[in-house]
Amino acid sequence: MSSGLYDMSAKDFDKTLDLTMLKPYGDTMNDGKVQVSFTLPIPNNEKGMEAARLLSRQMGLSEPNVAYARPLDKEFTFYVVYGSCTHSVDYTKIKVQAIEDEAMEMDEVYDYIRENIGRKIVVIGASTGTDAHTVGIDAIMNRKGFAGHYGLERYDMIEAYNLGSQVPNEEFLEKARELKADVLLVSQTVTQKNVHIQNLTELIELAEAEGMRQKCVMCCGGARITHELAKELGFDAGFGPGKFANDVATFCVKEMVRRKLV
Amino acid sequence: MEPLKAKIAPVQSKLGLDRELVDRARASAAKVAEDTQRFIDMHTTVAVERTVCRLLGIDGVNGVDVPLPNVVVEHLSARDILGDGAALRIGNAMAELGLTPQQVAEGIDRGEIDLAALPSRSEAEIRAALAGVVEATMARISANVAKRNEYLTTFGDKEGPFIYLIVATGNIYEDITPAKAAAKQGADVIAVIRTTGQSLLDFVPYGATTEGFGGTYATQENFRLMRAALDEVGEEQHRYIRLCNYCSGLCMPEIAAMGALERLDVMLNDALYGILFRDINMQRTIIDQYFSRVINSYAGVIINTGEDNYLTTADAYEEAHTVLASQFLNEAFALKAGLPEEQMGLGHAFEMNPDLPNAFLYELAQAQMAREIFPHAPLKYMPPTKFMTGNIFRGHVQDALFNMVTILTGQKIHLLGMMTEAIHTPFMSDRALAIENAQYIFRTMGDLGSEIEYKPGGIIQSRAAEVLQKATDLLGEIERIGLFATLEKGVFADIKRPQDGGKGLDGVVRKTDGYFNPFIEAMHRKEAKA
Repeated sequence: MSSGLYDMSAKDFDKTLDLTMLKPYGDTMNDGKVQVSFTLPIPNNEKGMEAARLLSRQMGLSEPNVAYARPLDKEFTFYVVYGSCTHSVDYTKIKVQAIEDEAMEMDEVYDYIRENIGRKIVVIGASTGTDAHTVGIDAIMNRKGFAGHYGLERYDMIEAYNLGSQVPNEEFLEKARELKADVLLVSQTVTQKNVHIQNLTELIELAEAEGMRQKCVMCCGGARITHELAKELGFDAGFGPGKFANDVATFCVKEMVRRKLV
Repeated sequence: MEPLKAKIAPVQSKLGLDRELVDRARASAAKVAEDTQRFIDMHTTVAVERTVCRLLGIDGVNGVDVPLPNVVVEHLSARDILGDGAALRIGNAMAELGLTPQQVAEGIDRGEIDLAALPSRSEAEIRAALAGVVEATMARISANVAKRNEYLTTFGDKEGPFIYLIVATGNIYEDITPAKAAAKQGADVIAVIRTTGQSLLDFVPYGATTEGFGGTYATQENFRLMRAALDEVGEEQHRYIRLCNYCSGLCMPEIAAMGALERLDVMLNDALYGILFRDINMQRTIIDQYFSRVINSYAGVIINTGEDNYLTTADAYEEAHTVLASQFLNEAFALKAGLPEEQMGLGHAFEMNPDLPNAFLYELAQAQMAREIFPHAPLKYMPPTKFMTGNIFRGHVQDALFNMVTILTGQKIHLLGMMTEAIHTPFMSDRALAIENAQYIFRTMGDLGSEIEYKPGGIIQSRAAEVLQKATDLLGEIERIGLFATLEKGVFADIKRPQDGGKGLDGVVRKTDGYFNPFIEAMHRKEAKA
């Protein structure tokens, strides 16, 4: 196998960090080492290995090493490939939309609301559309919270309503109006065939049509939601993995103040 | 034809459980089921009556895609005669008009037959008209049981844990490819997960389907297609591959009937799940679960209960006793429906926080306790999901620990964890790696469990004792206030449900004096003989 394993020449590259030419780090600066794994719908043989190598090259990996191949079925083979990424990115030019508020703790949110809003705020949350998963919205809203971060139901200055799963968008907005909600939180777990994009877009369109969009802070969250995606869809913010109730609460109360929704 | 029973390894007693507490908990659960059964026996639902229609051979959809069982039941509801039961009214039409149930349904759909307007025959005449159709359906289900028995006798049945895998592409034809691949790699049970939202449909879609989100519609044709595919692989591999689907939601008994007709082997079927997690009305679910379990029992289907779901919302350490209490309740309700212990796949899960010191010991205690309390049940054990983070490398280790608990304690239906949980529906390779992980551990630790005893009064024994005590107390409380009030208080999974809230309550009606359900009678007669 012409793998890069014992190849000394491959390490003959500039080992100083250059942020305009950022590359993956294996065990040496700029070695570009990455691992990929994939399945090809072909039998496991030499020809298949070569196909995996060629494909890895086209992915931008130099000297791809097919470390492992095993058949999953007669006509399917799984490959693990290591190689050096030939591409780089200019890190100094990257601009991302990220939530800039420094997350406050539960007590700080309490003080912030008292000082800047001066009344209890109403937050409603649901997993809308056909999505039956409550794990996301529960992690943010349930009293018990998640991973040591209490949920919004425990926040003294927040009246939190968790409507659960499979709530139609129309019903969600109706409930928001009825409860005079300040903040609307939508969780989406199922993302197959981009069903979440359709559903989130529909919610925003409905909210705009009913004149509610301006009156509330609207956020979405879920394992595949990013802040950037959320902004693109017309939400105020998006919360992905690793975000907790206090991140959401911080953004929402500050956004209410920024947008003078107090 | 008696269904062959899954092979459950005998359990060694290691926890020194207080058997008196176990008996007390079981007695409380039996009392709760007894009280609830009185309510069940007085009522029927649209789903129960649609099931009777299906078992009478009514199938297909009308010009606007409404399933004919729904057409008939809506017809009965609109005339306020659903409480008589579909069997009585259809049997009457059969006797009066000399038609088959299917012809009666089609006549109703065309607006040519009004079941309320027909002269009434005597019950004896009606039963006579129905007898042939009822016998034919019972014979078809019995033939399925016989076929399964034949496969299991020819190939032998698996001794250790069943490796259970899920497929979920949305397209039944696409589902067949990974299902067959998984079966060849060692899966013993293939579950076709349902499309998101199906549990809230008050009808079962018709025919083969190719569109779904997060899963594939449960339809009778989809059942048939997957059954045929798995039989094909099974014959190649000389193993019987079990097929699982979801007998929950607003169509519980209908799906049980479809499964019985198409030889499914395992069905998710919980007495309380729909109430808690799908906000289905509690009266509706409790009535529906009864008939669904009568059918599953007769068809030799192993039910899987949904206690694992509690732990996706409530904390697995703090709320462990609610899992045990619910297992007792599911057992009691299943016994009421004539379901033998060997078909009770009571559920639980490996869902404790990995940051909790000694979490593995507590998981071990819980799993061993379930085995000692329900020694004949093929327990269903669910993998970590809540604390799967996208770190696939740690995830693979979490799944390995989960696999160890199963082999150490003899769990039977082992739903494989995927390292890519929380990222996407599994790739073919994710399944293969999960199977490899489980088989490695099952092979190399096969007899470790029988080598180990737990320290008297140690962490594991003490934990089991504590959970049993709390579960027994909780069941005593449920016995005192009743099941419906318990659900209103939010005892399970931290979820509160009002007795008259939720979906599907308008589908509940009181039975009239003339009501009968020939299938419950026939299926129970068999139970009585057994």
